[in-house]
Amino acid sequence: MTDTAIVEEVFRREHGRAVAVLIRAFGDIDAAEEAVQDAFAVAVERWPRDGAPPAPAGWIIRTAHNRAIDRLRRDAVFQRKQAELALLDQSDEAFEEDAVPDDRLRLIFTCCHPALAPTARVALTLRLLGGLTTPEIARAFLVSESTMAQRLVRAKAKIRYAHIPYRVPEPEELPDRLSAVLAVLYLIYNEGYLSAGGNEASRPDLANEALRLVGVLEELMPDEPEIWGLRASMLLSESRRPARFGPDGELVPLSEQDRSRRDRALVTAGQRLVRRCLLRDRPGPYQIQAAIAAVHSDAPIAADTDWNQILALYDQLMAHTPSPVVALNRAVAIAEVRGPEAALAVIDPLHLDGYYLFHAVRGDLLERLGSKPEAREAHRRAAELTVNPAERRLLERKLSRLTT
Amino acid sequence: MSKYQLTIYQPDGDPPPPEALEPVMAELHALNREMQEAGAWVFAAGLHPPETATVVSVRGGEVLLTDGPYIEGKEHIGGFTMIEAPDLDAALQWASRMARILDPLPIEVRPVNE
Repeated sequence: MTDTAIVEEVFRREHGRAVAVLIRAFGDIDAAEEAVQDAFAVAVERWPRDGAPPAPAGWIIRTAHNRAIDRLRRDAVFQRKQAELALLDQSDEAFEEDAVPDDRLRLIFTCCHPALAPTARVALTLRLLGGLTTPEIARAFLVSESTMAQRLVRAKAKIRYAHIPYRVPEPEELPDRLSAVLAVLYLIYNEGYLSAGGNEASRPDLANEALRLVGVLEELMPDEPEIWGLRASMLLSESRRPARFGPDGELVPLSEQDRSRRDRALVTAGQRLVRRCLLRDRPGPYQIQAAIAAVHSDAPIAADTDWNQILALYDQLMAHTPSPVVALNRAVAIAEVRGPEAALAVIDPLHLDGYYLFHAVRGDLLERLGSKPEAREAHRRAAELTVNPAERRLLERKLSRLTT
Repeated sequence: MSKYQLTIYQPDGDPPPPEALEPVMAELHALNREMQEAGAWVFAAGLHPPETATVVSVRGGEVLLTDGPYIEGKEHIGGFTMIEAPDLDAALQWASRMARILDPLPIEVRPVNE
């Protein structure tokens, strides 16, 4: 690997850790980000010339810390704050040691604080922990660069002025706060799995970033089965990526996917995690979703799918998170176990008129019941509601099949 | 420590009947006392209805008085409590307790610019 490539790799891997450590040292996100940027700028210049240091991450953190102190010392306002300067000198010593503390967990909880808007949580997490640039995040979520920049500025200002704490929540608040973190990672993954907007059908870069971040979270909180569950879901979904798109870029439904094209290593890793969850026996919504994905992954061909077990798992999921979207997914299993009529009776009362999958599922059920015109209408409605090109192509294919 | 203003928003119109209001007010007083004992309470005030408000502004160098609230809406500020807390989480905990007492009225928590 060239030294420039090493800088890039270290940046992706260590940005979050470096920013997290420096936020704790300086109590300010902007100062920390700036210092880390400075340090990587120095690395880009020096490493190709002098070679990368033996411990690149530690080097980045130490350099960023020294740069930040230099910057603060130059700052006239700061000159007056002698007390704080003394504090910095003290923390200087802590950085002499090789073992740099890992503050990423605090950072994750601050980025995903429930007092921040969900869109801001996602943006902050990708920016500070993932090290993605503002233009990259803006592209991923289809907003202009200035909108995304403003969103980040506003979120950081709220953290600063409202004093959103920089700490890991107390045990009694942990379940709620952890599920907020998992929801953010799930959102990032979903956008990577099937883009909710834009020209790209899926964003493997975002999916990989979500997987990397959930791995970090698991490393920091090794005893939380819901984290295993989320990671297992992501792994099992990723395993199908090579089979999910057809030759024309259209989405291939799960029932028609060529299962020999799945990534076996990911299937195995996902299933192993699901077994670990089962042994742990502390079920939660992410683990149940992972279990559903695992049952699907067990079937060598679609016809072998154990729909009874899937339906039982959806019943469990409904007990944990009774949402219309879960009810809709459960209806798909009902259709397989009890037939399309029973499934239609379940989904018709759901208030999901603005959700394309509601109409797509309805369309499939109506088609199976032989109600061609109604099925066509439902698929047309679904096609109107999705902007994903692969989804659209699939729906158009269904529509043309129904017209002939 | 930081200061936060907890603002209570309530719908326009007549307040609930006394038999419904009294237990709520008693609980609110108890919460205020608890805040005082915890050293979190700075001050609190309940306001008379918006019809009693007067808006004062300057137009062309002249002071202009207008009867009624500045913003006419379906809701108005019913009162507020100023608290001191170590961080937003602590402030939100007090606000959550207040919201439970005043359910379904929302409480807006805003940091004071100090």
